[in-house]
Amino acid sequence: MTTTTSRRAFLKASAALGGGFALEFSFPLVSSAAAEAAATEVNAWLLIHPDDRVVIRIARSEMGQGTLTALAQLVAEELDCDWARVSTEFASPNASVRRSRVWGSMSTGGSQGVRSSQDYVRAAGARARGMLVSAAAAQWKVPPSDCTTDRGVITHRPTTRTKRYGEVAAAAARLTPPADVKLRDPKDWRIAGKPVHRLDIPDKVRGKPVFAVDVALPGMLHASIAQCPVFGGKVASIDVRDAKAARGVKEIVREEDFVAVVADSWWRANEALKRLKIQWDAGADGAASNETIDVMFREGLADTSVPRARDTGDASSALKSAAKVVDAEYRSPYLNHATMEPQTCTAWFRPDGFLEVWTSTQNGEASLSAAAATAGLPPEQVEVHKMMLGGAFGRRGAPQDFVRQGVTIARALPGVPVKMMWSREEDMQHGFYRPASIVQIKAGLDAQGRLLAMHTKIACPSIVRTLSPRSISPNSIDSSAVRAFNDMPYAVPHQRVDYAMRNGHVPVGYWRAPGQQNVFYRESFLDELAVLADKDPVAYRLEMLAEGDKNRLVLEAVARAADWDAASPTSVHRGGALANGLGSFVAMVAEVSVSPQGHVRVHRIVVAIDSGHVVNPDTCRAQAESNVAFGLSAILYQENNVKDGRITESNFHDFPLLTLAEMPSVETVLVPSGGFWGGHGEPAILPLAPAVCNAVYRATGKRIRSLPLKHHGLRAA
Amino acid sequence: MLELHVNGRRQPVDVEPEMPLLWVLRDHLGLPGTKYGCGVAICGACTVHVNGEPVRSCTLPVSSAVGKKIVTIEGLSGQTLHPVQVAWIEHEVPQCGYCQSGMIMTAAALLARKPSPTDADIDAAMTNLCRCGTYVRVRKAILAMTAKPASPAGGKS
Repeated sequence: MTTTTSRRAFLKASAALGGGFALEFSFPLVSSAAAEAAATEVNAWLLIHPDDRVVIRIARSEMGQGTLTALAQLVAEELDCDWARVSTEFASPNASVRRSRVWGSMSTGGSQGVRSSQDYVRAAGARARGMLVSAAAAQWKVPPSDCTTDRGVITHRPTTRTKRYGEVAAAAARLTPPADVKLRDPKDWRIAGKPVHRLDIPDKVRGKPVFAVDVALPGMLHASIAQCPVFGGKVASIDVRDAKAARGVKEIVREEDFVAVVADSWWRANEALKRLKIQWDAGADGAASNETIDVMFREGLADTSVPRARDTGDASSALKSAAKVVDAEYRSPYLNHATMEPQTCTAWFRPDGFLEVWTSTQNGEASLSAAAATAGLPPEQVEVHKMMLGGAFGRRGAPQDFVRQGVTIARALPGVPVKMMWSREEDMQHGFYRPASIVQIKAGLDAQGRLLAMHTKIACPSIVRTLSPRSISPNSIDSSAVRAFNDMPYAVPHQRVDYAMRNGHVPVGYWRAPGQQNVFYRESFLDELAVLADKDPVAYRLEMLAEGDKNRLVLEAVARAADWDAASPTSVHRGGALANGLGSFVAMVAEVSVSPQGHVRVHRIVVAIDSGHVVNPDTCRAQAESNVAFGLSAILYQENNVKDGRITESNFHDFPLLTLAEMPSVETVLVPSGGFWGGHGEPAILPLAPAVCNAVYRATGKRIRSLPLKHHGLRAA
Repeated sequence: MLELHVNGRRQPVDVEPEMPLLWVLRDHLGLPGTKYGCGVAICGACTVHVNGEPVRSCTLPVSSAVGKKIVTIEGLSGQTLHPVQVAWIEHEVPQCGYCQSGMIMTAAALLARKPSPTDADIDAAMTNLCRCGTYVRVRKAILAMTAKPASPAGGKS
């Protein structure tokens, strides 16, 4: 059994804190599941109580995407337990260290939560079921093959005797797990594949303290942080006199690249932080701006020595001999994740030398490594409590800056838990931004306008180079920077993709569906080509897709669902786009109107997704809706600009989010074709920008080659 | 020492009069259900009821809340969930859930004022920001409730 505080025990303790820090509790606590009534760990993934309640351990993170419930469904399906008696707890990163990574990866990104662990979590459920059946059969002295299960009850068919899982769990846990288990055919699923209610929602609608910012511990202090506004800059000097005298201030922590004020409430810490007089040393990049970044990209586009991400056929010759050559330049700005819950981390150096951390993380293992390295402790002496994430979208995975800071601040106050939370302004200006980029595309067409050759030049920062500099050399290819061009689904005989890695000083990161800006470029450009060829844009694409290709099937599915071939309502215009990524195939139709004054209204989005299998159709639909809202915010409004080395936006007034009044209807058509497992958290954002902008073209005749739309005289209606 | 009336209880608090109500609730009264999102009254994650009205507590000095009835998400429901919370579960509204306390408090106030809101009423009232994009379901859940009698906002006020 684990001996660290479980999330649920902690939540109970902190909920009970109520009006103050009155409650005392000591560490280590035993696992909550065990503490309640001797639940049995049948295997690492699940515990069963004597009264048949099942606790399923979840190794991935829950940030609203529904992975927690979907994984529980898959385990419960194979376990064949009563879904109404299932609850979950997060697997402990510390226990993972001590138990040789028994839960596998905890990384939750790339829409991988379900698809890259479905096989082993299903097998865990199936193995547990086999052990429960064997235990019951042994007690009855009958062959296990004579027994069946149904909703947590084992029946010996010849005699109709029954035993409940809770009765045999302890005996089952002592058995050797079966070596081979047969997983259920998805067509026989009874729990998986169904739109069951998400398990995390009841606590969330009650305002229960499930988020990292809700952590409350006895004697806990609060910290607010200021980092050098110029990326890479340092603290030159600070004058602490005013801040130190402020009410409630306990400590001022100065590090090389940030200053933190620790106080008895977050507001007091943040107010004192504003009174700190900090002189920054901007370092080498204090003069960087949109313009210098532009120059950097243009130098990359002109560099003929850059590597080729794709070189099939002979694009240069084909372009020379083409009946017609078309070119276009597209571009995108940097974009912040802007999670609603700012970056946050609570750390507590316990008197016994153990470090506990509570944070919103997409990767519990990465958080534990970052905490241990920062503290100089062996990983066995660190626990990370994975809280519900108040949004993530890629911000809280590979970068663990907030954990390093939280641990660094708490180290200054040994024995005292310190909760660090960034202000919104700090969060806006210290992101790991969706890369800005400029892309030039040149196409060679035959006399009928068919696409024969395409040469794409991409100037874009490398995310891998930012997050893991040693794992990629400066003149190589970062796959997310060339996505959608190096793996274009269309049959185009001659294709060349040049990639100029131009990094600049702005940190870049994985922003929902990394590389999605390339889909905007490619699918908008194809729309341009279809217009030139005087062809229907869906038909133009279908001509380049083979019969049976899943890209083709999903495009046909969305065209049917959106009634593409019928006339759209007066003043409403349609645009379409196709993409694949994150393991899934996705096609979209957007219905848009634009008033003569430039007011854009997105009325309806129809999206078809083939993810192979669907574990929870309702959460898959919710993710499509989510991608539409997240993407439309960027399409209509968002950009992060650079001036004097820093991000100029600071809050939601200059980095707006879509509002409810602007939200279109979203019709999601799930067309799982089986045979593979694709993701749902991100794919639907891929075709959104081109579908909307292609519709804007039909409404206005204006071809949109850069975002956001506000720079084209277009704004939300 | 100020005295607040929160979720039906009188609560003495020893804080600066200019401290926003949000931080008194979160850090001094142990009521973390109300969230910080922007600190400048744009996002609405901090929405609570003050005398039944939805108020963005991140910019409301606590001194302005003295003598008024404050209800937070923790106080919205009594023995049973508030109808808005029930509808939110039924329609699977939350995703990450971070903005939903504010969203629910705003919806509860809207329905208390206008038990059968139109789409335009919902557009005008529900200005809370959600990064996950739960808007489709927020609207659906509110509209579904208009067929049923809504209870007054405020719970144990």
